[in-house]
Amino acid sequence: MFATEFEYQRATSVSEAIQLLSNNPGAKILAGGHSLLPMMKLRLTSIPMLIDIGGINELRGISVENNILRIGALTTHAEIAESYDVKDNAGILWETAYGIGDPQVRNRGTIGGNISHADPASDLPTVLKVMDAKFTIQGTGGLMRGGSRVVSADDFFIGPFETDLGENEILTAIEMPVLMANQHAEYAKMAHPATSFAVVGAGVVLTVEDDVCTAARVAVGGFTPVPTRGLTVEQALIGKVLNEENIASATILIHGDLGSDVFGDVFASAEYRQAMAAIELKHAIFHATGLAHHN
Amino acid sequence: MTTRIFGSGIRRREDPRLITGGATYTDDVQLPGMLYAAMLRSPHAHAKINSIDITSAVGARGVVAVYTGADIEGVLNGIPCAWVPPGADLVAVTHPAIAKDVVRYQGDAVAVVVAEDRYQAEDALELINVDYEILPSVTNPEAAMKPGAPQLHEDAPNNQAFHWVSEGGDTEAAFSAADVIVKDTIIQQRLIPNAMEPRSAVATWTKATGELTLWSTSQNPHICRFLASLVTGLGEHKIRVIATEVGGGFGSKIPVYADEMITSFCSMQLGRPVKWTATRSEGFQSTIHGRDHVEYVEMAATQEGKITGVRSKIYAGMGAYLSTAGPGVPTILHGLIYCGPYDIGATKADVYGVFSNATPTDAYRGAGRPEATFLIERLVDLLAVELGTDPAELRRKNLIPKFEEGHDVISGLTYDSGDYEPLMDMVLGHADYSALRQEQAQMRENGHYMGIGVTCYNEICGLGPSQVAGAVGFGGGLWESAIVRFHPTGKVHVYSGISPHGQGEETTFAQIVSDELGVDVDDVTITHGDTSNTPMGWGTYGSRTTSVGAGAMVIAARKIKEKARLLAAHLLEAAESDVEYRDGQFSVKGSPDQSKSIQEMATMANVAWNLPEGMEPGLEASAFYDPPNFVYPFGTHLAVVDVDKDNGHIVVRRYIAGDDCGPQINPMIVEGQVHGGVVQGIGQALWEHAIYDDNGQLVTGSMTDYALPRAHLLPNIESLSTVTPSPHNPLGVKGVGETGSIASTVTVYNAVIDALRPLGVTRIDMPLTPEKVWQAIRQGHGS
Amino acid sequence: MNIQLTVNGKAQEKEVDARLLLVHFLRDDLGLTGTKIGCDTSQCGACVVSMDGKTIKSCTCLAVQANGSDITTIEGVAPDGVLDPVQEAFWDNHGLQCGYCTAGMIITTVELLKKNPNPSDDEVREGLKGNICRCTGYQNIVKSVQAAAKVNRS
Repeated sequence: MFATEFEYQRATSVSEAIQLLSNNPGAKILAGGHSLLPMMKLRLTSIPMLIDIGGINELRGISVENNILRIGALTTHAEIAESYDVKDNAGILWETAYGIGDPQVRNRGTIGGNISHADPASDLPTVLKVMDAKFTIQGTGGLMRGGSRVVSADDFFIGPFETDLGENEILTAIEMPVLMANQHAEYAKMAHPATSFAVVGAGVVLTVEDDVCTAARVAVGGFTPVPTRGLTVEQALIGKVLNEENIASATILIHGDLGSDVFGDVFASAEYRQAMAAIELKHAIFHATGLAHHN
Repeated sequence: MTTRIFGSGIRRREDPRLITGGATYTDDVQLPGMLYAAMLRSPHAHAKINSIDITSAVGARGVVAVYTGADIEGVLNGIPCAWVPPGADLVAVTHPAIAKDVVRYQGDAVAVVVAEDRYQAEDALELINVDYEILPSVTNPEAAMKPGAPQLHEDAPNNQAFHWVSEGGDTEAAFSAADVIVKDTIIQQRLIPNAMEPRSAVATWTKATGELTLWSTSQNPHICRFLASLVTGLGEHKIRVIATEVGGGFGSKIPVYADEMITSFCSMQLGRPVKWTATRSEGFQSTIHGRDHVEYVEMAATQEGKITGVRSKIYAGMGAYLSTAGPGVPTILHGLIYCGPYDIGATKADVYGVFSNATPTDAYRGAGRPEATFLIERLVDLLAVELGTDPAELRRKNLIPKFEEGHDVISGLTYDSGDYEPLMDMVLGHADYSALRQEQAQMRENGHYMGIGVTCYNEICGLGPSQVAGAVGFGGGLWESAIVRFHPTGKVHVYSGISPHGQGEETTFAQIVSDELGVDVDDVTITHGDTSNTPMGWGTYGSRTTSVGAGAMVIAARKIKEKARLLAAHLLEAAESDVEYRDGQFSVKGSPDQSKSIQEMATMANVAWNLPEGMEPGLEASAFYDPPNFVYPFGTHLAVVDVDKDNGHIVVRRYIAGDDCGPQINPMIVEGQVHGGVVQGIGQALWEHAIYDDNGQLVTGSMTDYALPRAHLLPNIESLSTVTPSPHNPLGVKGVGETGSIASTVTVYNAVIDALRPLGVTRIDMPLTPEKVWQAIRQGHGS
Repeated sequence: MNIQLTVNGKAQEKEVDARLLLVHFLRDDLGLTGTKIGCDTSQCGACVVSMDGKTIKSCTCLAVQANGSDITTIEGVAPDGVLDPVQEAFWDNHGLQCGYCTAGMIITTVELLKKNPNPSDDEVREGLKGNICRCTGYQNIVKSVQAAAKVNRS
């Protein structure tokens, strides 16, 4: 299986990449290639030009400043899974990155490539949503003309393989608030046995004060066009003591948050995945709150 | 012998080349001027070909030739089926290497492009325009036999490929007299073997000599040559098949496929070497599948738990055409072992082989025997529930008592040797079966579901006596041959017609020959896999390599030893009857000082300066070994699983494999075979499934959808063994290549159903995906 | 496209098509056939090589993406003919049968042990999840990895 022929350009800077994008209709950005190349090899897509941004070092790196964790778009899953900055400030992302694919996929796959691809079965969109992440996007305007914009994870994902990213824009960085001592976050997933993709994934970030949940961000993904926030679940959790009973009665409400647009396949039907959403949410909250070992 | 290497777990001699990247598999072969072939395959399950336009492809960059079904007509004969079970009215439909008028499954080849490189060949495939008229299709074998189902072949009404019935005893009487009858419907889902090395062929035609050399990913190069001769019309003496390094087979590299023949055709047409290598996606569609049975099965028993009868009605999917050994799998290799390790009074297998718009099926690890073991052992568990007895005890009650020299069972087989109960006790003891049952009861009280599956099996392998092969319609013999040759320096070279491809027989054979001849194991080389320098052989499958292949070697080695002994007597000036052999030395009885080593005899025989009257020079022998009977390994396996009732997720907590394959030449290799087989069987129970949609499209057509067993999903396997020699071959060995997959699928399945029994679950279709388990729990009965 | 890279310690410079996969570059252009192709979809790991010290699936990497990198294939694991402890361990512990997945398994193991010199069995299994073996049931591979870890630590 080989791709059809295409042109290949190496960009040495973000602005050059954007220039190439805007001059070459249909051109695509190549980061690690773990989303794009398999599709091209299977000839599911044919792309006239690939613009390789792999050499742009300004897009790499992890830093923490003013309680904001910043991750360059070209940072690999492995780098995230091995970063103490991520572990200490966003443990949920650290663990999720370690659960993506396999070691080789993590060595090549990048957070920016993953998000831009917006595969509904991917873990990161769900996690970044509950982490209230913001994505920095660079467009043709150029830095001088304010060509950079910021979009929240809530708004970025539009549909399966569809994002807010414009034709001539590049995702450059992901930022999120670091988790505070009173915040508990967890991502639980049922992984497909072949790919480790999420059959159902559930992410939670809970703020707990004096045993009472004061704030919550909850989302499920893997089987919906984009990760779905569990707004009614969040409402039901807030103000409650996080005991088994309250968690169970809140998580079950995820069914109401899910629209009718849920996916199934031969491995797991939509009906099953819908039912598992509450289960995985429960697992996530149990782990986040330390109740897991009681069960 | 004092220094026997038989029984020693020495490191494999195959490994140094494999761990350094130094081995040459078929796709690694590069020849000067080599071209690359790519197959255009039907995207449809069933369609009429109205026309094929190859104009653009022919003119594309790098393209040397494009051939369609019309081009091979009259040049390549059809791909033959070589196993025709007798009395089954088998319809031998024509299987053209390239479809010309009709395609019958997704993946059927319709054209081949030959180009200067792989990429250009694949590019040109997209330029071929085929006008298809889509026809209705059917993939499920039971549905294919229903009235009104789409018909695949004119000669096969109702898509019936054959109807094979085998009855031992009077099943009707056994079932009428039964106190208890238990029944089940079993779906043996389609599986895709997925050897890690995709199929590949490199063909090179030498016009001047009229000789074809074909590197092929084959488990049986001599059969490949035989059938290639039938397809191409070339004499066997003009075909050389090379399969010296093959990356796994599991049955999928037994058949002779269209692709290898097409590749040969291309080379013969173009006079240049041609390589074709399947991509994995291509392999999913065009390499044989396994299993695919819809089974209605039942078991009769007395109130006391004595099993009195087993019978089945089976629709066995053959796919669109009959693969090389396809029809033998659900018949001869399946229906004759319904007694399993038990004394059962009556058995009947009633098997329909059915054409459907799916990839042809053939032998996949275990081939017919996993299906048989599954149905017997499933029914025994159902019987235990029905009778309210412990499933292990019920099995014990029915086991055939120890026998050493043959035991006839009603299905017509004579088991070689068996001592089933001690191994069962060993496994139950090792597992602490009664403690597990107590734990299970306690866990259930807390709402947790763990289950225990216990399986007793025996199987038929070491195929087999050739007379029987002929009687059961196998289109070849099942003997093996070997040439054992001493070089003048006392080193030994063995040429075998058998063709291991990962099983490690270069090592085990060398161990055997080393022992027989009293030479160091490193002084023995084993050559196999190339028809030009090995004697005829029937190949590696059916766990026959060691029991049959080594049989030939041992006989040849013993012939050599006798010749060397006579030569030694001559040189020692002793009476022949006074010279005896021990540990590589020939000595005169009573005077151990007067001795000659076998290596000295090798030198003396090869220089031939002083031979006894009438003795030919040289020290080598060939032998042909046709075993007097099959061999019957047996065992008890036990699995412990935990099932999460909330999401249906299964964890195999423990797996214990107790197997008796007779004396173990290399226990390390035996254990490795068990591990691999068990895991493949677990794959069937839990993950693997070739699914076709309603239009005959293979939905699980890549490794992203077809879940293969992976390291992080599996437990360690605890291996135990006993040793019961077979009286049927010189070494007493049985086979072990398939025992794991024969036993483990039903063992894990039974454990899962056992776990869920309190929830009212009696059956779940495989694979036991979380959803299917969850649905079954929700419904509280068989789903 | 012109690419320059180091493969098994040797500098290479070639003209390649943009779409040429790294695995084909290694196998067909450089004749390093020890790296295998087992699937189309980056699932099986037969094609794993090390790029700049990190394992990658060379079927999901363009040759042009490897420009400027330092690649080690199975042929380069024991350059001076002395087997690496990982290779020895696979040999000693019957960590392979047909050998087709072995190059990928060994390269993966080298990185796994570099990152985690003292792994648990579960960590080993997790670390091998990108490499499919159809023969061994993985058990003797895990045993091999553990044996190599022990040698490396001593």
